[in-house]
Amino acid sequence: MDMKANKKKLGLKEKYAHMTRGLDWETTYQPKEKVFPQATFEGIKVHDWDKWEDPFRLTMDAYWKYQAEKERKLYAVLDAFAQNNGHLGLTDARYLSAVKLFLTGISPLEYVAHRGFAAAGRNFPGVGPRVACLMQSIDEVRHAQTQIHALSNYNKFYEGFHAGATHQIERVWYLSVPKSFFDDAFSAGPFEWMIAIGFSFEYVLTNLLFVPFMSGAAYNGDMATVTFGFSAQSDEARHMTLGLECIKFMLEQDPDNLPIVQKWIDKWAWRGIRVLSLVATMMDYMLPKRVMSWKEAWEIYFEQNGGALFNDLAKYGIKVPECITQCTVDKEHISHQIWLTLCTHGHAMALHTWLPNADEMDWLSAKYPNTFDKYYRPRFEKLQELADKGERFYANTLPMLCQVCQIPMLFTEPDDPTKICYRESEYQGEKYHTCSDGCKHIFDDEPEKYIQAWLPVHQVYMGNCWPEGTDPTVEGFNPLAKYLEWCHIEDGKDNCDYEGSSDQANFAAWRGVATQNV
Amino acid sequence: MSTVFIAFQTNEDTRPIVESILADNPGSVLDEQPAMVKINAEGSLVIKRESIEERIGRDFDLQELQINLITISGHLDEDDDTFTLSWKN
Amino acid sequence: MQIDLRTVAIKPLRNTFDHLVERFGDKPASRYQEGSYNIQQESIFHYRPAWDADNVLFDKKRTKIQMKDWYALKDPRQYYYGSYTITRARQQDAAESSFEMIEDRGLAELVPADLKQMALDVLVPMRHVEWGGNMGNSYITAYGYGTVITQPCLYHAMDHLGVAQYLTRIGLVLDGPEALDTAKEAWMSGAMWQPMRRHVENLLVLQDWFEIFVAQNLVLEGLLNPMLYDYLDAEFSAKGATAISMMTRFMAEWSAETAKWVDAQIKVAAAESAENKAQLSAWVTQYRAETLDALAPIAKRSFGDKADELLADLTSEFNARCAKLGLAV
Repeated sequence: MDMKANKKKLGLKEKYAHMTRGLDWETTYQPKEKVFPQATFEGIKVHDWDKWEDPFRLTMDAYWKYQAEKERKLYAVLDAFAQNNGHLGLTDARYLSAVKLFLTGISPLEYVAHRGFAAAGRNFPGVGPRVACLMQSIDEVRHAQTQIHALSNYNKFYEGFHAGATHQIERVWYLSVPKSFFDDAFSAGPFEWMIAIGFSFEYVLTNLLFVPFMSGAAYNGDMATVTFGFSAQSDEARHMTLGLECIKFMLEQDPDNLPIVQKWIDKWAWRGIRVLSLVATMMDYMLPKRVMSWKEAWEIYFEQNGGALFNDLAKYGIKVPECITQCTVDKEHISHQIWLTLCTHGHAMALHTWLPNADEMDWLSAKYPNTFDKYYRPRFEKLQELADKGERFYANTLPMLCQVCQIPMLFTEPDDPTKICYRESEYQGEKYHTCSDGCKHIFDDEPEKYIQAWLPVHQVYMGNCWPEGTDPTVEGFNPLAKYLEWCHIEDGKDNCDYEGSSDQANFAAWRGVATQNV
Repeated sequence: MSTVFIAFQTNEDTRPIVESILADNPGSVLDEQPAMVKINAEGSLVIKRESIEERIGRDFDLQELQINLITISGHLDEDDDTFTLSWKN
Repeated sequence: MQIDLRTVAIKPLRNTFDHLVERFGDKPASRYQEGSYNIQQESIFHYRPAWDADNVLFDKKRTKIQMKDWYALKDPRQYYYGSYTITRARQQDAAESSFEMIEDRGLAELVPADLKQMALDVLVPMRHVEWGGNMGNSYITAYGYGTVITQPCLYHAMDHLGVAQYLTRIGLVLDGPEALDTAKEAWMSGAMWQPMRRHVENLLVLQDWFEIFVAQNLVLEGLLNPMLYDYLDAEFSAKGATAISMMTRFMAEWSAETAKWVDAQIKVAAAESAENKAQLSAWVTQYRAETLDALAPIAKRSFGDKADELLADLTSEFNARCAKLGLAV
């Protein structure tokens, strides 16, 4: 009996190669084009899938082992949080508006990422990327579920969560911003998906989403969110390396891939940054106790960290996307412009809004010395003045949306912060409006795709957004009320100002019960 | 030279890991944030299995790092003994 | 701030999310329910997929099977990510101890040579069949409809990868890395494996995701897994190759567990309508014949003269299972 190789302990790299790489084979009974029908239509050329490097080398047994340990820890914290009424430790219940935005705007994206990575994990002809994509797919369903489970406890005590993680993303006007981003990526091919989600979203932008959100949660006493957030981030490290490996791989495989990849990077950087403007607003306005301003986060996590990344990619000929120039202007404006719009449409929101108080405005002045006092403070003060007179202003129409990013047309010209930026394109005799050069560029490159956009505001005005059986001809018909009902937004409970809301009243009463002998 | 970094949740498991990293990477900088500890270094950062094992007194598999990992920046190369982050420019 | 709430009870405003109240009534929902029901978007999508312009991103038309409510196909194990990984982690822990013991004590050396060769010839090339199972189930996860069915299919896909890796490890323990090359060669060109490889490749090009579910999860696994992990395993145990049985214990447990899940899906889908029942039965009839052809040479290598009898037994057990699920096969 020979005692040969089996006595030699295999190293991690060698073991992983045996465990995965050899599983695949060149099919001969069915042609490759039928087994992998999505591998070539985007024009990306791959000559040797074996050149793919696996950065994290997890076999399934290790995956189960470590992930189960993370899950045990996470659910122990969630159970304790629920048992101890952890929600009463929040700085203020208005903080929950940020969490509502997360549940309705981000958790459903985690779910779509799960399905999209399953598709990528089926469609790449190389075994290395397939396994990595499948692990990301299963991680993403984890993220959707742990978020829902963590926030389920808030739903039991507060308004605005009850519609759950998915109902509103198909319906609510501002949620079509994140939704259309993921719909856009998933409806593209597998390579573009990897640049859109694997690279731009996971690698370039995820730190801006998670780290500020989670630090904000920690600062505001939300241990449930901190826990799922950090636990999810431990998977993100794997996802980020996948995104980075994928882009390197495409660029190393064939020089013809460079212009395609560059075009996608440009598009998805801009798309992603537009989505993140909601996060910017959350950081600057929705946290009772603030961690850092959007501008600071942008500088640390995008300008510095992203700078290192693009320096590294320069050797392949990749250039920093042009839109970044505009971002350095925008970082001083976007959060204020969005919050103003949300505050004036608070009656059509699935969360509470509020006008910043004097302390908060001082903080904003300090963080945004070039812009806040000059352009935005006067507008908030004007709104406050009206509110003090009992005439809180709500716009009585819904705003027009950008055909690409679907954010209301509220951003200003790069060289004039007092003038709203409109761009127009014509396609097949129709006019389409976009909010910026970045979005116009994306539209003009694929007009046949973006004319399909389901713009919620248009749809509302066309009468497509009412509950089944609604009769718009009855006397006193109120289209907005019916729209809210269709969205599962409870008028008077979920929407409008935090001041005077039942969330505010309940939070105060419960804290009173908890801290006083009443 | 660009900065690489790694961040962990702050807890009992990560304390010896962070100590090892700081000891093995002269010039690396510790940045403590709420519930999170981040280590920045210029160019590259290496985590050694042996150093962690010395501190915890048991075998350690570098894949265990994943349990408490929050984020990384840089290219990753991992084998049985080391976990290395670097920018190659 | 610390708040002492020992005596304070705050009454919740509601039990759970709206859609779960509608579906299950106004009561607290389980984590499985919260994490699975209605979390896939349903009807409003922005852009037609570049890879399937006739359908929307999540579309009920990607299979011939039709359900009034796709969420009727629930997982009896109620796996959400946490319960799934924790269950598998426990099983892998047991498997790991078996492998370690076999490696440390050199138990593989005690396996009689003919049985060791049998494992190398029959079990190790099966890693490629498992990889096919991974691909089919990933496809269902991507293009199926309704999280209660797409979610467990991803778990099943990952399980197939895990099983492929355990089979790989059996090759490494019994022989070494060469065993994998030999197995791959047999898979690619050995006569015994060609009918199976052809069958697996044929499943890779199916487009109807429920057809894949039937062909792969019900029929192929329904005939193959009992053959390997009941019958062949019994031979290994009986003839002194306990080490091999120890290394396939995970698969034996796993195939029994997953078969129950597969059954629950087929049963509900068949009971939905006469059309579903007819379609499912037709698929089973077609793929049963193809699978049996693919298994024949492998059964011959495993069971020699008894192969025909064994396949007949397996088939009648499988038919009885299908009949219980309401299929006419």
